[in-house]
Amino acid sequence: MAERSPGERILDFQEVDTGLTADEARAEAERCIQCKKPACVTGCPVGVDIPRFVSAIAEGRFEDARSTILEANLLPSICGRVCPQESQCEGACILGRKERAINIGALERFAADLEVGEAKEPVPRTRTSGRRVAVVGSGPAGLTAAAELARRGHSVVLFESLHEPGGVLVYGIPAFRLPRAVVHREIERVLSLGVELHTNMLVGRSLSVAELLAFDAVFIATGAGLPAFMGIPGEETNGVYSANEFLTRVNLMHADRFPETGTPIRRGSRVVVTGGGNVAMDAARVARRLGARVSLVYRRREEDLPARRDEVRHAREEGIEFITCAVPVRILGEPSVTGVECVRLEMCDPDESGRPTPRVLEGSYFVIDADTVIQAIGTSPNPLLVGLLHGAEVGRKGNLVTDDAGRTSIPRVYAGGDITTGSATVILAMGAGKRAAAAIDADLMRTPVP
Amino acid sequence: MYTVVKVGRLADRVHELVVRAPHVARNARAGQFLILRVDQDGERIPLTISRVDRDLVRVIFMTVGATTYRLAEVREGEMIQDVIGPLGQPSEIPRGATCVVVGGGVGIASCPIIARALKDAGNRVIGIIGARNADLLILQDEMREVCDDLHITTDDGSLGRHGYAADVLKDLIEEERVDYVWVIGPAIMMKVTSEVTRSKGIRTYVSLNPIMVDGTGMCGSCRVVVNGETRFACVDGPEFDAHVVDFDRLMQRQRFYLEEERVALEHHHARRCGCQPGGHHG
Repeated sequence: MAERSPGERILDFQEVDTGLTADEARAEAERCIQCKKPACVTGCPVGVDIPRFVSAIAEGRFEDARSTILEANLLPSICGRVCPQESQCEGACILGRKERAINIGALERFAADLEVGEAKEPVPRTRTSGRRVAVVGSGPAGLTAAAELARRGHSVVLFESLHEPGGVLVYGIPAFRLPRAVVHREIERVLSLGVELHTNMLVGRSLSVAELLAFDAVFIATGAGLPAFMGIPGEETNGVYSANEFLTRVNLMHADRFPETGTPIRRGSRVVVTGGGNVAMDAARVARRLGARVSLVYRRREEDLPARRDEVRHAREEGIEFITCAVPVRILGEPSVTGVECVRLEMCDPDESGRPTPRVLEGSYFVIDADTVIQAIGTSPNPLLVGLLHGAEVGRKGNLVTDDAGRTSIPRVYAGGDITTGSATVILAMGAGKRAAAAIDADLMRTPVP
Repeated sequence: MYTVVKVGRLADRVHELVVRAPHVARNARAGQFLILRVDQDGERIPLTISRVDRDLVRVIFMTVGATTYRLAEVREGEMIQDVIGPLGQPSEIPRGATCVVVGGGVGIASCPIIARALKDAGNRVIGIIGARNADLLILQDEMREVCDDLHITTDDGSLGRHGYAADVLKDLIEEERVDYVWVIGPAIMMKVTSEVTRSKGIRTYVSLNPIMVDGTGMCGSCRVVVNGETRFACVDGPEFDAHVVDFDRLMQRQRFYLEEERVALEHHHARRCGCQPGGHHG
């Protein structure tokens, strides 16, 4: 897949990957050996029929490829860009053992991005079940559940607390990874199924829990909530951001265009990002595009970075400095940040996840000059609605506890996405939304219309 | 889009705005706030819900930065982009107690709705409202209507008692038993005024106004230090026990974007008068 040069792309927020041409897509698709028992499909949380759409591309039947994908996934232009394919479909691809796995993500994106007439869009529902379902949160889990429920003939009301739908797709993931036009088009597709969207509605406040429970079923997909802070001295200093705040200011509020837009941001000249996941990469690369020199501090080794492989590579190409096996212990400066004191860590015996346990290397303290610090060390599930749902079983981290199908301990109330798992991925949230929609449909159709 | 049904100027640089927002009005309670955006590119600003009337909500604001200047230009019948709320925890309303509600400057905006909730719950309600001078004192009539007693102070003595709300509160708690106090105003005023009740151990609430973005418990911008712990004003507050709030930290964090606010305001004025940023206004 073609990519814009690092020197060019750090000057704007346009997409980094420019996608496959039709010839490239066909050539890549022709490499697929069409396994009898395709491992790639089992690696896909939403079960896209990968061999079928890949063979359609190989044969030049691009629209067939696109509709094949849409059967299982209504947000394919998004997934093609942000899924961690290396640990899912592509990770399972048999070709990867000998040479190089099929670039399924790029093929999905190619087919999904094709401009086609409205006739090829998924048809709106034809039957109506007479049941009303509330979906709370319009991120990946909520959008997927809403679409699947609408397809099955239920009336779906989708509530979003922000002024725009999309959740993490609009406030979290930067446009250079996921262009806004792509997100808008896929959300429009969901809404075209008859889903009724209400923005600016904070469920639990704008709509009471009693009003919510008046729906025949409720799917809660309120996502990640409050950001975690490290709990080190100096975190209240001016210039310390959570990644959520830093990214929201730019991605949702367009602070990169301040003062044309109303939301300001500290355009640091020297930024330190803490963390090693996709969010940390996003924050570092956004800061870079705002003109800063950026260092990323991660406590384990480079090979342990949980971020998508491509994001790590892109970040490095764009000049992000990686400081691994180190952790911040103190933020310096008052009232504004002047630096971050860190300590080196040595890697000891592996923990239960197989990763080594970091241990402080005494006497190895060092200071990085910085005027901005961004902490990207995770979030906890959004507490608001969970706290108001009396009788809901809540996990140790404040997550809603569900069965495999997304049923909470309250009848007719389901949940999925980060609100149940803590910070995870777009595609896992979509998979949860899909499973819950199937369960809601089955449960609703077992009971008579009230 | 939400229709503005009434605008008004209450004092120099202090404006009221009434907007039709049924989803906010329906469940709004005393002590909560809303967030609004004036237009498509606007920032999200939090404002206390000052009154609720059927499907209408009122906010009161002072023009301090680009967004509030822009908001003050909105006319009756025009639309604003977004209104979201009610946000935050409602005030904890006791029953059958003696309560004092202290408002300073534009912070008085929050007082009548809290005083009304207290009154409706059978409390004796004493109001203290103060401003720099008589012209800046807002909502006097509304407070007089709901409070059992109302005290007025001005810094310059142009109306009511010459001095600060803290002076009146100090005398008041010597004269009679007071169970609860609310203090709402600029951070420095809340800090000084709530100090008065500390030695008597009177439960005192302040409504904190740190910088926010989403206001729904997602971004962490509004973190405040309360009792030595990090709390989030948008979901844990905005009201906190005054005697354990780190006001100095709050004020330091409120000043984070002073330079950007200056730039934005220049940009706003330049755009309004047609000259370029960096021109004679710049």
